[in-house]
Amino acid sequence: MRMALLADVHANLEAFRACLEHAREQRVDRYAFLGDLVGYGADPAPVVEWVMHSVAQGSVAVLGNHDQAVALGPSASMTAEASQAVKWTRSQLAASQLAFLGALPMTVEQGSCLYVHANAWDPAGWEYLTSGQDVGRSLAATRCRQTFCGHVHRPALYHLSPAGTVSHFDPVAGTGIPLGSRRRWLVIAGSVGQPRDGLPAASYATFDDQGDVLTFFRVPYDTAEAARKVRAAGLPEALGRRLEAGV
Amino acid sequence: MEQSRLQAGMSIDGFRLEERLHQGSMASLWRVVPADGGPPLVMKVPSLHQEDDPAAIVGFEVEQMILPTLSGIHVPRLVASGDFSKQPYLVMELVPGESLRPRFDRAPLPAEEVASIGARVAAALHDLHGQHVIHLDVKPSNIMFRSTGEVVLIDYGLARHDHLPDLLAEQFRIPMGTAPYMSPEQIRRTRSDPRSDLFALGVMLYHLLTDARPFGNPGSVRGLRRRLYRDPVPPRARNPDCPPWLQEVILRCLEVDPAQRYQTAAQVVFDLQHSDQVALTERSRRLRRDGIVKVMRRWMKTLATEGELANSVVGRLAKAPIVLVAIDVAQGSAGLDRGLRVAARRVFESEPGARLACVTVLRTSRLAVAAPPTVDAEGRNLRVTRLVELKHWARPLDIAPGRVTYHVLESADPARAIIEFATSNKVDQIVIGARGSSPLRRYLGSVSSQVVAEADCTVTVVKAPS
Repeated sequence: MRMALLADVHANLEAFRACLEHAREQRVDRYAFLGDLVGYGADPAPVVEWVMHSVAQGSVAVLGNHDQAVALGPSASMTAEASQAVKWTRSQLAASQLAFLGALPMTVEQGSCLYVHANAWDPAGWEYLTSGQDVGRSLAATRCRQTFCGHVHRPALYHLSPAGTVSHFDPVAGTGIPLGSRRRWLVIAGSVGQPRDGLPAASYATFDDQGDVLTFFRVPYDTAEAARKVRAAGLPEALGRRLEAGV
Repeated sequence: MEQSRLQAGMSIDGFRLEERLHQGSMASLWRVVPADGGPPLVMKVPSLHQEDDPAAIVGFEVEQMILPTLSGIHVPRLVASGDFSKQPYLVMELVPGESLRPRFDRAPLPAEEVASIGARVAAALHDLHGQHVIHLDVKPSNIMFRSTGEVVLIDYGLARHDHLPDLLAEQFRIPMGTAPYMSPEQIRRTRSDPRSDLFALGVMLYHLLTDARPFGNPGSVRGLRRRLYRDPVPPRARNPDCPPWLQEVILRCLEVDPAQRYQTAAQVVFDLQHSDQVALTERSRRLRRDGIVKVMRRWMKTLATEGELANSVVGRLAKAPIVLVAIDVAQGSAGLDRGLRVAARRVFESEPGARLACVTVLRTSRLAVAAPPTVDAEGRNLRVTRLVELKHWARPLDIAPGRVTYHVLESADPARAIIEFATSNKVDQIVIGARGSSPLRRYLGSVSSQVVAEADCTVTVVKAPS
């Protein structure tokens, strides 16, 4: 079975559609949404609607900090931009869509795979994985061999050897990586709707349980249109600009 | 689980173990046959004893990761792979015949044989590098020959794939490789430079030619580091039959600084196949090692130098392409000649490591029963005339001697000759002129369009302004 791993869509419909189409060409069987479906972007309703439908058919979806904020109201720790986007997003969603977001689980475990937005040791604390040490802490908090997450907005692969060393790998798009069974792996799928590694193209990954092969992809999409919609919605100018630069 | 329990007659995942071919510290090799019939294969099973070096197991993981990504005649075909959760193994094609190892017992070998072995190993390395992989353990026992003569590189336990995580790099803090063959940058723990494989190739060729190892077989890191500053005894000092060109090639492979070596394995293939065209430098003339002052100066330098951050493997190959320019010196026109020079310069000058091979074809008659004429109507040697014309064509490009070569091919089928030359010399790009619609073209057919259709590499077709 081949799973598409989609993180941090952030209501960017152009990027989302481009990735879904690309994933179909990769003959993906199922989807895993790794949190933050909304926030920042101009199309929360169509994105949530699509995911609700997909989850009803068996897709995995976990809660992100933006999803939680939209469902419950912004938290005090959010930036002004994020907070403004959260308020606007709430106004765009139907009650059923808000309820769907609010009911998303923090984590999902299936077989040897853990799906979580931020980290495994305290999923609701939303702490970022920024170092090998953080990743070691997350891997120590789960018995799953593979952890799939988002939140960081930069694609990355970490592996933990039986000797206890955590190593980082900067993935190359399009190359299948077999995740060998002797080590444990943590995959950050990058962001579909707001990549921050200097490359504007949407980032996602696929995982095929035949041979445990992970493949990262970068999918170019119409960033100008997504940015235009952000501006037209009256959302902060910077949220549009960063899509075109990928920062 | 433990390989010590493996016995002939046992069956693993449908492969019957027939005979243990080799028992090493890292792994054992078995000849196996598939239960459903078919030719015998090789099964590699890693050593899993707890007290063993973890490098054995990680090396096996690395091989399991890299081998499935490789293809072509220069690598063993992978048949099956067993996971660590049950019984780890790799089943590969059985390459019949010997490795390069036994040839070392017959060293010193004649220069032609050393060059022929070297060219075939380098061709295999170039193919591997083109697939994003550096071998990093090139040595005689890892080189097999197919019955057709091509080299098969085996054992990818220390290899590095440019686009896959390097499971070895971060776990082990000591240099990894086989002591006599390890490149200076590997000793400094750089595992990302394809030119490391060319250093190991140089060590093997040196040994085959002289029956001595250029840097011995040191048993300590300190001993390994000696090659960073102590140059080897020149091959000609050990074997007076070594021609200067072969010493040039070998010592260039053995340069401490990778930037001073050949930049690609294809360039090594090229020089070993065209010994008359090797640009001889001071390296070819050396008869003794450097004096103590020079060595001390280099030793001081090693203390300050760190390994350079390497480019990607394939990126490195792209920086040093071999460009073939096909010039019809007999039937060409001044306009087309100029156009070819402009196009060749554009391709050539954009990459600092590029090499230019200027080729012309001396057409022989398809129907000739007697040998083709070797002299023209005025009695001049045709090959020499063509060579002079080729050099004249290239003169305005003003290329340093080591970066340009000249070749007069003889064939009844010019396009085929150009394509075959490009294939056997690992050419990256062909620049060729099109005659346009001349009566000659109608009579002879288009050489350029056949080259475009049949060559494996990029072809640029140049047209003269009408």
